[in-house]
Amino acid sequence: MSAVTHEDLHDHHDHGPAKGFLRWVFTTNHKDIGTLYLTTALIMFFVGGAMSLVIRAELFQPGLQFVDPGFFNQMTTLHALIMVFGAVMPAFAGLANWMIPIMIGAPDMALPRLNNWSFWLLPFAFALLASTLFMDGGAPAAGWTLYPPLVLQGGNNLPFAIFSIHLLGISSIMAAINIIVTIFNMRAPGMTMMKLPMFVWTWLITAFLLILVMPVFAGAVTMLLTDKFFGTSFFNAAGGGDPVLYQHLFWFFGHPEVYILILPSFGVVSQIIPTFARKPLFGYSSMVYATASIGLLSFVVWAHHQYTVGMPLAGELYFTYATMLIAVPTGVKVFNWVATMWKGAMTFETPMLFAIAFVVLFTFGGFTGLMMSISPADLQYHDTYFIVAHFHYVLVPGAVFALIAATYFWLPKWTGHMYDERLGKLHFWLTAISVNVLFFPQHFSGLAGMPRRIPDYAVQFAEFNAMSSIGAFIFGFSQLIFVYVIIKAIRGGQPATDEVWEGAAEHGLEWQLPSPPPYHSWEVAPLVK
Amino acid sequence: MERTKLLLGAAALGLVGNAHAEYALNLTRGVTQLSRDIYDLHMYILWVCVAIGVIVYGLLTYSVLHHRKSKGVVPATFHENTKLEVVWTVIPFLILLAMAVPATKVMIEAYDTSASDMTVKVTGYQWKWRYTYLDDGIDFFSTLDAKSNEARQLGSKINPETVEHYLLNVDHPLVVPVNKKIRFVFTAADVIHSWWVPALGWKKDTIPGFVTEAWARIDEPGVYRGQCAELCGRDHGFMPIVVEAKSEADYQAWLATQKAQTTAKADEAVTAASKSFTLPELMAKGEAVYNANCAACHQANGEGIPGNFPAIKGSPVALGPIDEHLSIVAKGKGAMMPGFSKTLDKVDIAAVVTYQRNGFGNDKGDLLQPSQVPSEN
Repeated sequence: MSAVTHEDLHDHHDHGPAKGFLRWVFTTNHKDIGTLYLTTALIMFFVGGAMSLVIRAELFQPGLQFVDPGFFNQMTTLHALIMVFGAVMPAFAGLANWMIPIMIGAPDMALPRLNNWSFWLLPFAFALLASTLFMDGGAPAAGWTLYPPLVLQGGNNLPFAIFSIHLLGISSIMAAINIIVTIFNMRAPGMTMMKLPMFVWTWLITAFLLILVMPVFAGAVTMLLTDKFFGTSFFNAAGGGDPVLYQHLFWFFGHPEVYILILPSFGVVSQIIPTFARKPLFGYSSMVYATASIGLLSFVVWAHHQYTVGMPLAGELYFTYATMLIAVPTGVKVFNWVATMWKGAMTFETPMLFAIAFVVLFTFGGFTGLMMSISPADLQYHDTYFIVAHFHYVLVPGAVFALIAATYFWLPKWTGHMYDERLGKLHFWLTAISVNVLFFPQHFSGLAGMPRRIPDYAVQFAEFNAMSSIGAFIFGFSQLIFVYVIIKAIRGGQPATDEVWEGAAEHGLEWQLPSPPPYHSWEVAPLVK
Repeated sequence: MERTKLLLGAAALGLVGNAHAEYALNLTRGVTQLSRDIYDLHMYILWVCVAIGVIVYGLLTYSVLHHRKSKGVVPATFHENTKLEVVWTVIPFLILLAMAVPATKVMIEAYDTSASDMTVKVTGYQWKWRYTYLDDGIDFFSTLDAKSNEARQLGSKINPETVEHYLLNVDHPLVVPVNKKIRFVFTAADVIHSWWVPALGWKKDTIPGFVTEAWARIDEPGVYRGQCAELCGRDHGFMPIVVEAKSEADYQAWLATQKAQTTAKADEAVTAASKSFTLPELMAKGEAVYNANCAACHQANGEGIPGNFPAIKGSPVALGPIDEHLSIVAKGKGAMMPGFSKTLDKVDIAAVVTYQRNGFGNDKGDLLQPSQVPSEN
């Protein structure tokens, strides 16, 4: 591979960023937009996190101590919506913007103005959603799944939440189109599809999932809107509709959505483990096929979220078998990661620690997922804290750990400075231990019979809930270390080399650019052999 | 290390579950054949997961401990092995087949509601349950018991530990016989709820406008507790389920008392319907009816929840023509306000309308007699 030298870049007339605040408003630069996405995601992570601490504070002891049950329901609803649409999705969009052009040897994203717009829709979408907190009747309180008829009881918050979802959907679809076009058209010479870095592959598949499912979700919530305000009866049995129809539409979106959150995580971990094992990724092509299979299967398993709605027996059995099948490609991925580590020469810098914790804890969430795929057993597990434990294991030590790992991994590249490794390790251990104190006991309270989404509980669940709450507060406050480490690295620190990590240049084009990369990334396309 | 802790936790979960069915840590074995079959299936999959976990986490731990740069390891260069990759695709598939077969059997069992001995209709309301014995004409509501309800209020200062069966107790439990195949049919009056008693092994959603079904044959007399499992609004956490399983003889005795009470109540209602009440009488009765049926939405203080549920206090309906007021209470309004003509008798409707017109400082001054309530009810 060839690399652009610093001299080459300085020869160019440098049309750098505009000055001041307007740089961020008008920017069409993939790295600026990536930074905007990542910053927004981090802020929303703390907003959503603060809501979860309201929940955990109330659940610390039996009895109602702090909030009204109605407000509690608003918190569970907004916590989920904000974490999914405000934190994890924008964070991955930020990583995609920053890294995909650099990783495929392109100067920028293919559609830079569209890129600007897809980001700048987000603050307006979140403002619409957050404004509901200050309305009569408060924010939506029917859970992030927004099931009718319950969600239709909401007052004026409903149209605001729905328009917010419309904006978020438009933003996601535009970002997805941009990513697909970029990957298909902007690859450096020699960068064939089967040479794409795994992060790029997983995002390509994620982008297709987004384009296919976001319109379904937008349609479903629009039907809620017309049911409430324009006299339709899509989901109203009294008018010939069916409330369960909404659930089918929602989960046709919702199941691929959870893979939208996890597939790029797979990609991140597949970048990090080979780098720190100093070994190529094991089974690259089977990783690509496994990711594609997971993407395809995600469209045909949705009703496993609805085992208790009274589907016909044949439906229950079909969704059971189809869901169980997902374990095969997911297993392949886990085995490949372990095989990549096998006989490597590993070092354990912070990104690697988070990546290994991801493999361990995501796999654990996978096991409980397999248990839940068994429909008769799910008749017990469904809508309990066992489910809450499961999806938090795949989303927090799953997706969120992958995002933190990615941040530590690429932060020296982004800022040109090494982060504080000692603080990074402290952050890791506090986070990895507290996340288990937080979510592990929820398996027990769920199996013992505690339903989810309740503000108060019978006293036999008290011990596990107290543990969980303590874990939650330690976890939450530990993330302030993360913010400190990031700010510290932006401000200064030991200069990062181009390669950053020992031998990383063999593992991707991003390590051949200077740290930080020039404003227009690859002005001259590298030649990939 | 957190992975060791997880393994220990998973192992502890399994061991305890096997030694004795510990309610607090593992799934309950329950009191029906179906619930035990579901429990066995749960344990079987759990152990398969533990076995796979031991292998995967074992290899990973070995690798982390031994394949370190600090130990001077020179990294290998292999990056694929088709044989190995085929093996670890095929073996999980076979393991899944071994899980699918018992799962299918249990699911078929769970869906067989045929040849039942009796049928109970369960209707979910915000936030209480209604039980209708379709064969015996018994019909009653079941709500959170008064002690729990008092203790669960925000800032009640009552320690939940001092309340027996806190949040898991009701005023009128569902009473059923043991060793009879009971078919449950489920529906809901307002939003979706889910009826879940862990000891019976399943939960079923109750959906407005649709009927779902499930069944249970309980082996041992006893009291089995559960909760609503589908988010159904503000008081979702406060609509428990209590099932009291009685021997056949005890059940028959209970049935006889209930039938007698139902008849007596109906007679009483007929007499009362023609009686004339004073304002204080109607107000006293109306307050009780209001708190049981209206307060969940319109609130005990009549102020409603702005944006969601309109206030009764100062409401144009309560201060307007009495006929229109009565019509809304009897027939309902829009998608959210149910009509009460089928669930409340004439005296209750007259009382609650009177209470709404004169309580909360409305002081309208008029009253409604049961005889003025039309008889479509």
